[in-house]
Amino acid sequence: MSVLLEVQGVTKTFGGVVANQSVSIEVRAGEIAGLIGPNGSGKTTLFNSIVGAHAIDEGSIKFEGEEISTFRVPVIARKGMLRTFQQTRIYGEMTALENMRISAPEARVSALSLLGGFSSKTDTRGEELLEFVGLASKRFLRAGALSFGQQKLLEFAMALMSEPKLLLLDEPTAGINPTLINGLIDRLKQANKELGVTLLVIEHNMRVIMNLAERITCLAHGEVLASGTPDEVRNDPRVVDAYLGAG
Amino acid sequence: MTSVQKYGLMGFGLVVSLGAPFLAPQFATQLTMLWLMVVFALTWDVLGGQMGYNSFGNILFFGIGAYACAIIQRDLGFDYFVGLAVGLGIAGVFSALVAVVLGVGMLGLRGHYFAIGTLGLGIAAGEIAGGWDYVGAGSGMVPPLYPTGLEGREFFFYFAMFALAVITFAALRALYQTRFGLALNAIRDDEDKAEAMGLHTTQIKSVAWAVAAVFLGVAGGLTGNLLGFIDPRDIAFAGATFGVWMVLMAVLGGKGTLWGPVIGAVVFHVTQELFWTYLLGWQRVALGLLIIAIVVFFPNGILGTLRERFPEWFGERMEERS
Ligand SMILES: Nc1ncnc2c1ncn2[C@@H]1O[C@H](COP(=O)(O)OP(=O)(O)OP(=O)(O)O)[C@@H](O)[C@H]1O
Ligand SMILES: [Mg+2]
Repeated sequence: MSVLLEVQGVTKTFGGVVANQSVSIEVRAGEIAGLIGPNGSGKTTLFNSIVGAHAIDEGSIKFEGEEISTFRVPVIARKGMLRTFQQTRIYGEMTALENMRISAPEARVSALSLLGGFSSKTDTRGEELLEFVGLASKRFLRAGALSFGQQKLLEFAMALMSEPKLLLLDEPTAGINPTLINGLIDRLKQANKELGVTLLVIEHNMRVIMNLAERITCLAHGEVLASGTPDEVRNDPRVVDAYLGAG
Repeated sequence: MTSVQKYGLMGFGLVVSLGAPFLAPQFATQLTMLWLMVVFALTWDVLGGQMGYNSFGNILFFGIGAYACAIIQRDLGFDYFVGLAVGLGIAGVFSALVAVVLGVGMLGLRGHYFAIGTLGLGIAAGEIAGGWDYVGAGSGMVPPLYPTGLEGREFFFYFAMFALAVITFAALRALYQTRFGLALNAIRDDEDKAEAMGLHTTQIKSVAWAVAAVFLGVAGGLTGNLLGFIDPRDIAFAGATFGVWMVLMAVLGGKGTLWGPVIGAVVFHVTQELFWTYLLGWQRVALGLLIIAIVVFFPNGILGTLRERFPEWFGERMEERS
């Protein structure tokens, strides 16, 4: 498998806090990769660095072989790398379906291309994906009125709507009703297999990530502690220590 | 409301609007100003309501339009109506260009910073125009006069301003139905998310401001001719009156809705005229109290409040949105 995302030696500090220390990870086209680590270990910071939300201090980030570490967020998004937010973000005053419409790939071509109306193809796709995440009946509701878990699902559907090559998911199961988590794991796998979206998933829930990811990287104190298959990582004594140590 | 009721109401409004200057010719100028207020409120709402950027500087585009049109009329020596038509066209285009250039710099500011930044625009422009001899400096500018001996001056300006208000409304209505309208709302709801989804937010914001500026520029050109005099601070760049009223009217009627600004402009203008007639001497106090009342009692505006209280009458139906 070819390497889709290659992060090498990325360091990011906030004042005195070293949030990422020389982090290297790679994501191969077509896989589901996992990123774990205790609270404050620098997972979200790494996402922010990758998608261009802030400048990095050192290191290199390549997407499809192109150096993107100096590009800004919208530019990187248009190249086909999207992220969802740990504190879920959707367009609250718009309906669920409108959220989907404005997430379609044609919406990011240019400002003037937006002057066209909506194609029925877009709407059909939006409804299909809402159906896919189980929100079809909510499509005319104000997105801000949905429950937190439903907003998370909507955000996921919006990301799929925009047909990314690589999707970075920041704790997709946090706040989701435990009885629905298995269904969500299935959908993530389905999005990966059937829609061909490569996934990099931050996850706190060990059971979830072991079940989902083919390869896992574990961060602690901003540094890569271990990486490998779920079994390798789970049985790595340093990982066990980091999790027990962090409570 | 069913569509029959809605179009019935609109038809009634149209008949009243077309007949008003004939029924009450003594109020022709006030009625013309009413349509100017509608343009003010509608254009302010593009950024303020739909996109969530409160601009206190939109008066800039109105003033630029007033001067640009008058300069074209004065210096190109056309016949009055040809000069006015060319002047209005150029006023709109030029205002839009200024909006694009300013937008690139200012629309990077978020929230209160943008609002405060725009506050300076009208004031600065008023100072510049007030000191610039080419446009008459502090003593203002007199656009060419409507041909003497030609009847119907009031009607001409009334219908010109009415047409501008209708065109502005129709254009914005059409715009809000495109993906562009949704993009504006997306920026209002969460601009960081819109960026993260790859939208061209900077372009979108500049184009939105330019759209507002086109209509404001034309309105400025027309108003200069209607009043027959352009004062730099009291008319063209009248931030403390027109500039503030734009915001109030949109908020009063209901920000971020299509009809809200129209309703707000009508209610505000009529109320204001009544204050001037019946409360002379106290009209500013009354206006101030009205403003406070608006903000306290109608935080969602008239239309927003009606929608909450009577959703079956004023709520948007789902099929309208899909
Ligand atoms: N914008 C910022 N300014 C200052 N410090 C920051 C900023 N963002 C993150 N940090 C710090 O960087 C460290 C890593 O934070 P980060 O959010 O990346 O952790 P995380 O692994 O995502 O944690 P969690 O599992 O709680 O989401 C923390 O110490 C945090 O306080
Ligand atoms: Mg995090």
